[in-house]
Amino acid sequence: MAQRWPKLVLLVAVGLVVAALVAFLIIRGTGERAAEAARTPYEQPALAKTAAGAGAHPAGQWYIPAGDYASTRFSDLADINTQNVGQLKPAFTFDTGYLKGHEAAPLVVGSTMYLVTPYPNVVYALDLTKPDRPVKWSFNPHPNPKSQGIACCDVVDRGMSYDNGRLFMVTLDGQVIALDANSGAQVWRTPVADISKGETVTMAPLVAAGKVLVGDSGGELGVRGSLKALDEGSGKVVWKAYSTGPDKDVLIGPNFHPYYPSDQGKDLGVKSWPGEAWKQGGGTIWGWISYDPELHMIYYGTSNPGPWDAEDRPGDDKWTAGIFARDIDTGQARWFYQTAPHDLYDHDAINEMILLDMPVNGTMRKVLVQPGRTGFMYVIDRVTGQVLSADPYASMTAYTGVDLKTGRIQHNPAEVPQSGRVTRGICPAAPGGKDWNPSAFSPRTGLLYVPHLNLCMDHVYTGANYISGTPFLGVESKMYAGPGGYRGEMTAWDPVRRKPAWQIRENLPLWSGALATAGDVVFYGTLDGWFKAVDARSGKLLWKYRTESGIVGQPISYRGPDGRQYIAIYSGVGGWVGGLVSGGFDPRDPTAGLGIFNAVPDLAKYTGRGGRLYVFALPR
Amino acid sequence: MSSPCRASLLALVLLAGCDEQARDPRGHPLPETGPLLSAAMNPARPDPRAVDYYKNAFEVSQGQQLFQWMNCSGCHSNGGGGMGPALSDTKWRYGSSMADIVQTIANGRPNGMPSFSGKLTQAEMWQLAAYVRSLSQHVPQSIRSGRTEGLSVGEPSTLRDPHPPRAVTPKQDEASVE
Repeated sequence: MAQRWPKLVLLVAVGLVVAALVAFLIIRGTGERAAEAARTPYEQPALAKTAAGAGAHPAGQWYIPAGDYASTRFSDLADINTQNVGQLKPAFTFDTGYLKGHEAAPLVVGSTMYLVTPYPNVVYALDLTKPDRPVKWSFNPHPNPKSQGIACCDVVDRGMSYDNGRLFMVTLDGQVIALDANSGAQVWRTPVADISKGETVTMAPLVAAGKVLVGDSGGELGVRGSLKALDEGSGKVVWKAYSTGPDKDVLIGPNFHPYYPSDQGKDLGVKSWPGEAWKQGGGTIWGWISYDPELHMIYYGTSNPGPWDAEDRPGDDKWTAGIFARDIDTGQARWFYQTAPHDLYDHDAINEMILLDMPVNGTMRKVLVQPGRTGFMYVIDRVTGQVLSADPYASMTAYTGVDLKTGRIQHNPAEVPQSGRVTRGICPAAPGGKDWNPSAFSPRTGLLYVPHLNLCMDHVYTGANYISGTPFLGVESKMYAGPGGYRGEMTAWDPVRRKPAWQIRENLPLWSGALATAGDVVFYGTLDGWFKAVDARSGKLLWKYRTESGIVGQPISYRGPDGRQYIAIYSGVGGWVGGLVSGGFDPRDPTAGLGIFNAVPDLAKYTGRGGRLYVFALPR
Repeated sequence: MSSPCRASLLALVLLAGCDEQARDPRGHPLPETGPLLSAAMNPARPDPRAVDYYKNAFEVSQGQQLFQWMNCSGCHSNGGGGMGPALSDTKWRYGSSMADIVQTIANGRPNGMPSFSGKLTQAEMWQLAAYVRSLSQHVPQSIRSGRTEGLSVGEPSTLRDPHPPRAVTPKQDEASVE
C-alpha cells in the first residue's frame, strides 16, 4: 500500500505531462496550419474591375499620387514579379535634408522624378537619365514658419500632381503653387488658407478637367472646412464648397439628390448644429479625391466635426464626417453620405475612395470603395450614394453595424463617451480602423490591399473652448494596441465577396500607403523602416529591405529612361503616430499626441528620424 | 519671554514650514504691471515675481486649470506634446526660466506658439508659467497638483517618474526650486 501511492502519483504525473505535450503539439500544429492556410493563394476569380475611364494613366509614369483618377495605385509594369522580387536592390537614394514625416508620393514624368518634402515643402526635380540622378532644379516656396505650430500632427505634405507641363503643389501655410516642370519656375501662386484661423494644407492637390482641387487641414482647430477648385491655367478660384453652413456656401442646389432622407432638407449645414457652432465645425478636406471622368463627378470625404467633444455639438453636424459627390465643373453637390453623423470619436471620412465596377447581388454597379476610419469597408453606388454594403475590416466595439435602410451607423451605447466618465476599450481608436495612408487595388486579383491599424482607446470629454488658431478638442484620449496585441495590419480585401482574402499582422501601426503591380506584388512599408514586398494572391513575404527610418510614404513604380522597372518610396518617420519620434515628444504623458503616442511608447527603439528617397530595381 | 509670546513664535515657525501652500487671506496682491525682467537680459537677477508663483501650490493649480481652458493642452497635451513641443522634458527652445515662459505665452514664438496677450492677465501668465515648469518637475512634488479639475485618462502627475529631467540652462534657472 505504501508503495502503490507513489506509483499512482508517478503515473498521474506522467499522464499529465503526456497530455500537456499532446495538447501543446495540437495547439502548435493548429497554429501552424492556420498560418499556412493564410498563405495559400486566394483562388477566387477577380470580379471587381477598375472603373471604366478612370483607370487610365501614362504607361510607366506616375503623374498623381494615386496613379490614376480611380485611385487604384496599380502599376501595370510586370518586370518585377513574384519570382524575381527577392533580388530587388537599391538603385539609388536621395536625401531630402529634412527630418519630419515624409508622407508624399514621388512623381515620375518623362525622365524626371519630382519630390516634395515635408515643411518647408521644398520641391526637387531629379534627372533620371544620368547615373547619379542629379538635381535638375529645386524650389523653396518659403512658407510661414508659424504654420508648423498650427498643423495638427506633424508638418507633412502628401504630394503633388502633374499635368500638361506643370507641377501643382501646396505649402503648409496654404498656398497653391503651379511650377513649370522643366525649369522649376513659378507660374502662379494662390493662397487658400489663413493660419490665424488654424487653417493649413497637407493634402496632395488633384488636377483634373482643368481644375486644381485643394482642401484644408485643421479639423482639430475649429476650422470651417472647404474644398477649392482653382483654374489650372491662372490659379484663380473657380468655386469653393464649404463643408458646413447654409446650402449656398456648401454648393447645394437643385441637382443635390442624397440617397437617404436624413441628408435631405434645406440648410442642414446650419440646422444640424447648435447655434452658430457650424462656423467652427471642422469638416476639413485633407485626404484624397477620386474623379470619374465619365460621370464628371469628384468624390472626397470631410473630416471630423469640431470640437472632438460631441456633447458640445448636439445634432448630425452636417456635412462633416461624410462623403461628397460633386460636379467637377461647377462644384455643385450631387449626393452626400454621412459615415459618422454626430461623430463621437474623430472618425473622419477623408480616406481614399477606389472607383470600381463590380457585381453586387448579380448586377454590375458603378461603386466606390472606402476603407473607413469607422472600421467599415463601405461599398457605395457612386451614381446615387446608396450604401450597398458596409462590413467591418478592423477590430470594432464602438459600432454594431450600418443600417442599410437608413444608412445610419449603429452605436454601441456602452462605448459612447461622456463628460464625467472615462469610457474605455473604444475600438477603433481616433485614427480609426485606418487613417489617411492609401490602399491599392489590383484588377488582376480583384483585391484591395489595405494598410491599416489595430488600436483602441480610452476617451473622456472635458469641454472645449474656442480660441482662434488654437486646438478645439475638449477631449482627453489614451490609445493602445487592440485585441491580439499587434498594432498594424495589412488586409487583402475582396470587395465583391465582402471578406478578407488574407491578412498580415504587423507589430507597429501601419502608416504607409500600398502599391500593387501587374507582377502580382504588393509593396508597403512599416514604422520600423522595413520596405516589404508580398505576394498579391497569398500575402507571402517575398522580400524586405531595412531603410534608415520608419516608412510613412506612398510607394510608386515607373519605367526608367533605361527601360527598367523601378519601385520608389520615401523613408522618414512622422505623421500623427510617427511624430513621436520626428517631433521628439514625451510618451510618458499618456495623453500626448492626442493620446496616440501611448500606443507606441517603444517607437524610438525601432526608428530614428530620417528623410531619404529609396529607389529599387532588379540587378542588370 | 512670556508663554503666549513663545506660543505665537512656535506658530510662526510652524507656519513658515507651510508657505508652499500659503495663500494670504488679506489678498496681498501680486504685481500685475511691474517691469518684466527677462532672465535672458539679466540672468543674474531672476524676476522677483517668479518665486511667488512657482513656490505656491495654489498658483500652480490655477495655472493647470488655465492650461486646459486656454487650449494649451490641445498642443502640449499634459506635458508630452503633440502639435507643440513637449514641456515635460529637458529641452527648452526659448528658455526655461519663469520670465522666459511668461514671454513665450505673452508674445508667442516664430514656429507656431501663438500670443496670448490680451487673453490672459499678467498674473494668469505667471500662474501658467508656474504650471508649465511643474510639468518638467521644476517644482517640488508637494506643490504639483495630483489631479486635474476634470477627469483624465492619465494618472496623477505626482505619480510620474520621480527622476526629474533637468533643464539644460542651469544659469537661467536661478529662480529654480532648490
